[in-house]
Amino acid sequence: MTPSPQTSTRRATGTRATRVLGIVTLVMLGWLGLFGLVLSPADVDQGDAVRIMYVHVPTVWLAYLAFIVTAVCSALYLFGKRHSLGFDRVAGASAEIGVVFMALTLISGSLWGRITWGVYWQWDARLTTTALLFVTYIGYLAVRGLDGTRERRARRSAVIGLLAVVEIPLVHWSVRLWRSLHQEATILDTDLDVDIDGLMLFSLFVGVVAFTLLFVWLLLHRSRTIALDDLLADRGIDRAIAERRAEVGPSGGSS
Amino acid sequence: MSPGRIRLARRLAAKDLLIERRSRVLVNQVLPFSGLVMVVFAFALGTGGVLERAAPGLVWLAVLFSSLSTVQRSFGLETADGAMESLRVAGVDPIALFLGKAAALAIELLVLVTVLLGLAVVLYGTEPRAEGIVLLVTTAISATLGLAALGTIYGGLAAGGSGRETLLPLLVLPVAAPVLIGATRGVEAALGTDRTAVSEGWPWVGLLLVFAVAIGVGGALAFGTLIED
Amino acid sequence: MSDPATNPTPADRSAPAVDLRGVIALLGGFPALSGIDLRVERGEIVLVAGPNGAGKSTLLNVCAGLVPVARGHAEVLGTDLRGDRGALRHRIGLLGHRNGLYADLTVAENLAFWADMVGANEAEIAAALTSAGLDGRLSSVRVSALSAGQRRRTALAVLLVRRAELWLLDEPHAGLDPSGRDELDDLIRLAVASGVTVILASHDLERSRALAGREIAVKGGTVSEAA
Repeated sequence: MTPSPQTSTRRATGTRATRVLGIVTLVMLGWLGLFGLVLSPADVDQGDAVRIMYVHVPTVWLAYLAFIVTAVCSALYLFGKRHSLGFDRVAGASAEIGVVFMALTLISGSLWGRITWGVYWQWDARLTTTALLFVTYIGYLAVRGLDGTRERRARRSAVIGLLAVVEIPLVHWSVRLWRSLHQEATILDTDLDVDIDGLMLFSLFVGVVAFTLLFVWLLLHRSRTIALDDLLADRGIDRAIAERRAEVGPSGGSS
Repeated sequence: MSPGRIRLARRLAAKDLLIERRSRVLVNQVLPFSGLVMVVFAFALGTGGVLERAAPGLVWLAVLFSSLSTVQRSFGLETADGAMESLRVAGVDPIALFLGKAAALAIELLVLVTVLLGLAVVLYGTEPRAEGIVLLVTTAISATLGLAALGTIYGGLAAGGSGRETLLPLLVLPVAAPVLIGATRGVEAALGTDRTAVSEGWPWVGLLLVFAVAIGVGGALAFGTLIED
Repeated sequence: MSDPATNPTPADRSAPAVDLRGVIALLGGFPALSGIDLRVERGEIVLVAGPNGAGKSTLLNVCAGLVPVARGHAEVLGTDLRGDRGALRHRIGLLGHRNGLYADLTVAENLAFWADMVGANEAEIAAALTSAGLDGRLSSVRVSALSAGQRRRTALAVLLVRRAELWLLDEPHAGLDPSGRDELDDLIRLAVASGVTVILASHDLERSRALAGREIAVKGGTVSEAA
């Protein structure tokens, strides 16, 4: 496809700001590697397994942050005066990122669990809620993929995104109640609350900052990609309309 | 809520129940399926103590699975000949539509729950006790209300187009966790499974009622948007 | 909002039943309507003709508010389709390839259900049954046991009970035998005599031309020929 004069203006999702952000994110991730793997000490109880925390905690933070952004943008889309599709794009992009990082959280968490507890999975309230949350947002993304015009899809997705806000606290509450009944002698005593020394805390802090920057960077690019997709579809429509009108043929026209 | 809305909802629910009385799809298909699920659980878990201890949970698991078919039937009769589209074109109040569908669904599910609890007595050797009857009935009703509201929300969405049926379990099951947990514990307390006291069941009824109200209100507000295509 | 007793204002009465100017409608990104102009006055019967895929069904669905207007100006019964359609909805009846009936209910029960939905009374149900030729024994037959023509007439009787002012009929003759088609046409004429406006899309051109006062040809999502 040869680009028309208008499309020849370069369309990319990057700007100078995102490039700077990207570089800063990379530097922070490099720092995280340095602090997490080299500078910070091994834990007295957990040994080197504690280093998984420097990824695990930031990913779970990022996933929750992403789902909060989805909920807020759903509300802004639905209740905003202009029903700006921009909010819908950010909501969708954020949920995609959230699901990916929630998956990473579950994987890194179960690896850590295997090393520390000896099992991949514990039926503890936090883990169970996280798993259900993960599936809920997979459902949200499935709803986003349904057909319909852009506005209808956006409205439907926003409603599903806000319903999740009602549902998730209920799920969390019920799972907590459920677990509180079964307080078996737990091997969960070695939870995240390890004896954290200053350097460990700092490494964790570096991780959270690095992943937050990564989230912003991903969110900007992903929502701009979606916007470009929409733009492309809109351009295609003008051509499609012209082609469709041409079906009438020269004899018809505007009689 | 306007009396007109309640009247519409009652009329819609009555219509669904009349259709079920005529067609007997739920009685002839869904009910046998749920009974079969109860039997299959025994194959998986073996008879004896395990089955009796797990009975309350198994009953609600069977209810949950059967409720998916019930929801599909409820919206299937709206989409079979395009009735849902007519209701939408005619601008029938979506909140009334939600309340009506949910009410009919709740009544149908309540019948299902009653039959399955009876079946648990026969198949799993569960023994109801007199002091737990009030708790048992309250638990069953409040759990059913929540499940009906939940099923109506996503049933309406899944009925909106072809190829969406498979979406229903994905959307309903993760959110149904409070119903499954609360109803199971409530029934356990009512029956005295594992020597639980009746009083231990009431907090779970609270959970179930909060769930039913929250999902009911959320669903009523969301329904119009979800069925609009 | 959905109060069926709301009477249209006089200004609204004088507005054309349908007024479309340069309307573009998209189905999954495809321009099913590529810029259509159509003006239909009250009490008209307009035939929309054209080959399969010309955009006939989409045109009716746009008028019914089921498919949104992407671009252009669209007014139905004096109400802008791109604005709040709430008050407009109960005044429009769309009969597509499906009848919108409950197969396990009788003819009378289907009508009674709709009467309750829109606040119509017993007399209106009885009148609709008579107009559609469904009174007497037929009214207590379940829809699943009716012939295709009887079902179609039941669906139109629902529009009568709903007091729909604009009937959008998509291939109403499809699947009916000649006598069934005659009875359907009689019912449509009866409705128009009482003030209803009808837009119908049909392949049965000979029959539809006898029924319609005017014909437009649609192709490629736009009007190719107007008569």
